Amino acid sequence: MDFLVFQYPMITLQACLDGILLGVLFALIAYGMALQWGVMNIINIAQGDLVILGGYIAYFMYLYGIHPAWGVIVAPVIMYFVGIAIYKLVINKVVDRDLFISILATFGISILFMQLMNFAFGADVVLANSGYGTTMLFDNNVVLPNSKIFSAFISIVFAVCLVIYMKKSKLGRAIRATAQNARAAKILGVNTEKVYAATFGINAALCGVAGALISITFTIHPYMGLPYTIRSFMIVIVAGLGNLPGVAMSGMGLGVFEEFADYILGTEFRIGSVFLLLVLILVYRRFKLSRKREYLK
Amino acid sequence: MNKNFILYAAILIFGLAAPFLFPAFKVQLSILCVLIVLATTWNIQGGEMGYNSFGNILFYGLGMYLCASVQVGMFFPLAEWTESGGEKTFVHTPTQFFQGMAVGLVVAAVVPTIVAGLIGYSILGLRGHYFAICTLGLGVAAGEISGGIEIIGAGQGFTTPPFPNVGSLEARGEFFYFLSFFTLVLTFIAVRSIYSTRFKLILNAIRDNEDKAEAMGIETMKYKIIGWMISAFFCGLAGGIMGGLVGYIDSTDVAFDGREMGVFMVLMAILGGKGTLWGPIIGATIFHIFKEGFWTFFLGWQYVALGVLIVVIVIYFPEGIMGWLREKYPERFGEVVDEKDRKAQVELK
Repeated sequence: MDFLVFQYPMITLQACLDGILLGVLFALIAYGMALQWGVMNIINIAQGDLVILGGYIAYFMYLYGIHPAWGVIVAPVIMYFVGIAIYKLVINKVVDRDLFISILATFGISILFMQLMNFAFGADVVLANSGYGTTMLFDNNVVLPNSKIFSAFISIVFAVCLVIYMKKSKLGRAIRATAQNARAAKILGVNTEKVYAATFGINAALCGVAGALISITFTIHPYMGLPYTIRSFMIVIVAGLGNLPGVAMSGMGLGVFEEFADYILGTEFRIGSVFLLLVLILVYRRFKLSRKREYLK
Repeated sequence: MNKNFILYAAILIFGLAAPFLFPAFKVQLSILCVLIVLATTWNIQGGEMGYNSFGNILFYGLGMYLCASVQVGMFFPLAEWTESGGEKTFVHTPTQFFQGMAVGLVVAAVVPTIVAGLIGYSILGLRGHYFAICTLGLGVAAGEISGGIEIIGAGQGFTTPPFPNVGSLEARGEFFYFLSFFTLVLTFIAVRSIYSTRFKLILNAIRDNEDKAEAMGIETMKYKIIGWMISAFFCGLAGGIMGGLVGYIDSTDVAFDGREMGVFMVLMAILGGKGTLWGPIIGATIFHIFKEGFWTFFLGWQYVALGVLIVVIVIYFPEGIMGWLREKYPERFGEVVDEKDRKAQVELK
């Protein structure tokens, strides 16, 4: 236990800034999660593994001498096709079925990806060094790596582009129509099968961007996927489906929470605290909803 | 009834003779017994009650840690034991070992049951996929947190007391085999008698439509918690035995192994057929044979195969073996089929 956090305001500030920059990344992943959940009614446990796969794409570019920041462009393109392939092979068979079936199926994909990555890239913790240096603020009391600022900036750019795309383009409108009512959209001539595939592809591409950014800012490891899935799930339930400002806010909130948990409880409890927070949020939600049900009685 | 009695007697005799028939597979057979217990008890709330949990691993891991801690802590200081890596500094005499094991197993069964009862009211109020994800979170959180606690070995693991020297080299395998086989028989009897009461009908009513069941005057929450507590009891027991069997407890790889054992339970029950008495038993047996075969002959590719297996089973085989048999031979399951219906179905196909 370390309560220095409360005695030195600079540490608090550092944790808050770190958390916000981290939270923007979480929000980007959660946006993809919300998209596929809203449109296809699928909770993708393999979300985090797609993120890590995107990270390895950037890492390999770094190994071959290309600056890993270009991974932000390359990873989503590759991941889009990976996403389409997953959709064609597995997801389109579970779309209309029980949610638990889709959870279990994507759990299988998650284990598969985890192991394939473990084979292909080894079980080491790696990071792609961007060489961006750091920014010092407030008399050198707060240290921010430039890569974190870069990653938050890129995340925001991608999120804004995607929001505009969903609002303006034909495919975006088709996706939103399918999310509202798949049957009605079908009657009005939307090819829902294509829409589903594109949605999953876009989600995977978003994961690819986030993964590339994570490989620059933090570290990646084949088994680190599940926490990202849980984080994005948590952000989506707190914000609600289709509430973009909410996703951004709760993403940043989660980031700040994690940084403080890291400082106060110690790094070994960081992931554990994320999972515990998930349980607490769900339990809180359950009591709130049950009270609402009682009013209806 | 008479036919069933012969069947049960045959299985019992086979089970008792198995360690002497296949002495090389004693450990595998014990693990099989534990897996069957896990699958069968998962089925109580996963299959019969419709609450698909990834979190039964919580009780399994809890039982594992509790049993080993009690077994050590009854005679030696626990902190020094974990620090020294266990076996070197302190040695259990046979009496101490068996005494500790007995008390440890009782604790391992009772405490998870109480935990399930305490958290049941909050967790079981969640529906559908929220319940699934919440229990998944519980399992992983337990693993991460227990990996940070010093007294039970933190990240470096916890060595359970080694089996004492009682003269025969075969004794360890036989002891654990009969222990797990006895647990299996106990579980089977308990589950079978539960399934023949009104309790099972209530669980099925909750699965089919919880709101309607509540409207019919069933206190659904009470029965859900009881169902979960029964699962927790046997999961804890199985965990305690497995801890002694493996001989080494690691927080995320052995005890709270949500990615492996937590999914195995679900998979075995689904493979055999959810919501049947024999389904999880058949599923666990087939799964274990498949798993061990793969682990032995394709070492390294086992998890890839596991991932593919999960996807294939879930997509193409969600009803499981018993479900498939039931569709094929409905008469054997005591269902009356109208000849016209069957013809219509054949024509449809």
